[in-house]
Amino acid sequence: MATRIYVSRDAAAQALGADETAAALLAAAGAEIELVRVGSRGMVWLEPLVEVTDAAGQRIAYGPVMAEQVTELLGAGLLQAAPHPLRLGRVEDMPYFAKQERLTFARVGIIDPVSVDEYVAHGGYEGLKRALTLDGATIVQEVTDSGLRGRGGAAFPTGIKWKTVLQQETAQKYVVCNADEGDSGTFSDRMLMEGDPLCLVEGMTIAGVAVGATQGYIYLRSEYPHAQVALEQAIAAARSRGYLGRDVCGSGKAFDLEVRMGAGAYICGEETSLLESLEGNRAEVRYRPPLPAIKGLFGQPTVINNVISLASVPVILQRGAAHYRDFGMGRSRGTLPIQLAGNLLHGGLVEKAFGVTLRELLYDFGGGSASGRPIRAVQVGGPLGAYIPESQFDTPLDYEAFTAIGALVGHGGIVAFDDTVDMAHMARYAMEFCAAESCGKCTPCRIGSTRGVELMDRIIDGKEGQGGIDQLTDLCETMQHGSLCGLGGMTPFPVMSAVKHFAADFARKR
Amino acid sequence: MAEIDSEHTLTVDRILAAHAGRPGPLLPVLHDVQNQLGWIPSEAIAQIALGLNLSRADVHGVVSFYHHFRTHPVGRHIVQVCRAEACQAWNCQATEAHAQKRLGVDYGGTSADGCFTLEAAYCLGNCAAGPSVMVDGKLYGRVTPQRLDTVLDDWSKR
Repeated sequence: MATRIYVSRDAAAQALGADETAAALLAAAGAEIELVRVGSRGMVWLEPLVEVTDAAGQRIAYGPVMAEQVTELLGAGLLQAAPHPLRLGRVEDMPYFAKQERLTFARVGIIDPVSVDEYVAHGGYEGLKRALTLDGATIVQEVTDSGLRGRGGAAFPTGIKWKTVLQQETAQKYVVCNADEGDSGTFSDRMLMEGDPLCLVEGMTIAGVAVGATQGYIYLRSEYPHAQVALEQAIAAARSRGYLGRDVCGSGKAFDLEVRMGAGAYICGEETSLLESLEGNRAEVRYRPPLPAIKGLFGQPTVINNVISLASVPVILQRGAAHYRDFGMGRSRGTLPIQLAGNLLHGGLVEKAFGVTLRELLYDFGGGSASGRPIRAVQVGGPLGAYIPESQFDTPLDYEAFTAIGALVGHGGIVAFDDTVDMAHMARYAMEFCAAESCGKCTPCRIGSTRGVELMDRIIDGKEGQGGIDQLTDLCETMQHGSLCGLGGMTPFPVMSAVKHFAADFARKR
Repeated sequence: MAEIDSEHTLTVDRILAAHAGRPGPLLPVLHDVQNQLGWIPSEAIAQIALGLNLSRADVHGVVSFYHHFRTHPVGRHIVQVCRAEACQAWNCQATEAHAQKRLGVDYGGTSADGCFTLEAAYCLGNCAAGPSVMVDGKLYGRVTPQRLDTVLDDWSKR
């Protein structure tokens, strides 16, 4: 019987050579193996990771396995899961993986992402099956009771959004997935969409059934072509098996899905500009009210949630609200797929209950800096997140605890910088990014960011004294309080946190 | 000089027909046009406006809003270099500088031999193994200046 071998098809694994490794395996041992392309286990530093099924049926990992090592590995007995310096053992026994609590990512890296059969064999569609026996209000209550808050960054209770849409009486409602994961340092949406796209499809279907929406859109950023392929394959597979379409699982309820590609605009992560973009317009932020839940896509009530929020719904329905709510701390319930990025030895994806500290993530999971130099600053929550100094590394990952130190959890991306980082440069970059990505609708963001770049240039050139910092502070206050959305409103977080915690970098003579 | 020949006109017509009746069709149409022509010529903008019952200003406004859409011809391959924070933590500045020097262009420019158009990207989602570069949709991680040379040497033959 052919030996089952698993190699990731995740974009990050491909970026490190997984396709070439898979091709080398097929070329050298094609007749003896059954190659399965899976999502990534999330240990990016070990990609390309190869898992071999041993005689006992266990999956034994080797990594990183480059294409040019394949012949030697096969000679050493790879297909018998023989010892080798690259042999890692079972992924589940590795501390990085064993210490995680995988709910949303339970299947990622394990199953063929676009096989409905494998999805169902691993608990998939149990949540939808249960949802189809409940009425809309009960489903919404279950999501509310789970304590799930928007994983895109705003942390708004998902159940409350759904309830508002449920209460609207219109002929047409929509479910929109915000898959415009533009924050630097974040890739959990991408990994989920590539590694378990049916989980997102199921979550959106449950949302549609709950609120009475019949059409869903996944708005995917154009930088994610691999995710587009996986999603379209998954949607077609679900449709052919009756999990999408006019009669979902024979329930008489209709729901269908379409992937729409973004076009390289960071602002589309803001939900109202995303809706504008879906309608075919310039992605300018809308005034609120009305809320999208009342007047959203094409003027109709719309559930709009992040990928991870929607992909967390199936497990909530499958195991019940209490199971999910029992993870976490304070008002941050459940788990968060955390992304360890930037200058870390062991970068990748860690799904943990809220409450884990930054220090545990950076050192116990991340293994410290990749360069071997001290970690000086970390940015949490993307380009609009604060820079956090070493003195605050004991802060637990919790929405309220982060707010208390003037930071944000956001989408759970953590970017580490070693002591070679110049924080004045990073503050300038934050303003430059805001200027490049501003939609232009409101003045504080459009003009403020450009003035911010100019001011930072003068500060960096040593042409400003304390007066420059005062002016920057004043400008940031204007942007924070006067901008229409989070882009202009939160760019001050990285800028002012850099000024506050790394003042020496702004006073240096150059 | 005509920027778009009759074959291109037919292509745009086919794309418009394929999206007929679809809600919010403009972005999907623009994607298809750019995917097939490589860029979005001004004649195509007029044709799309007519086909979707929009003004040319509406379509131009959308095309110019999004970084992804190009209104100039491009090289055979598109090279995107990520310059977001996580890649900066991996010193993508060295990779950026090397790309600009090797290709002899700034962002948005096309190398003199017409092989590569260089673009900046703000996160390619490969933040645990930066610096990241994408060439025609193929992603590369840990792209030091040396590895960039290997990657570009390979693509220059295609």
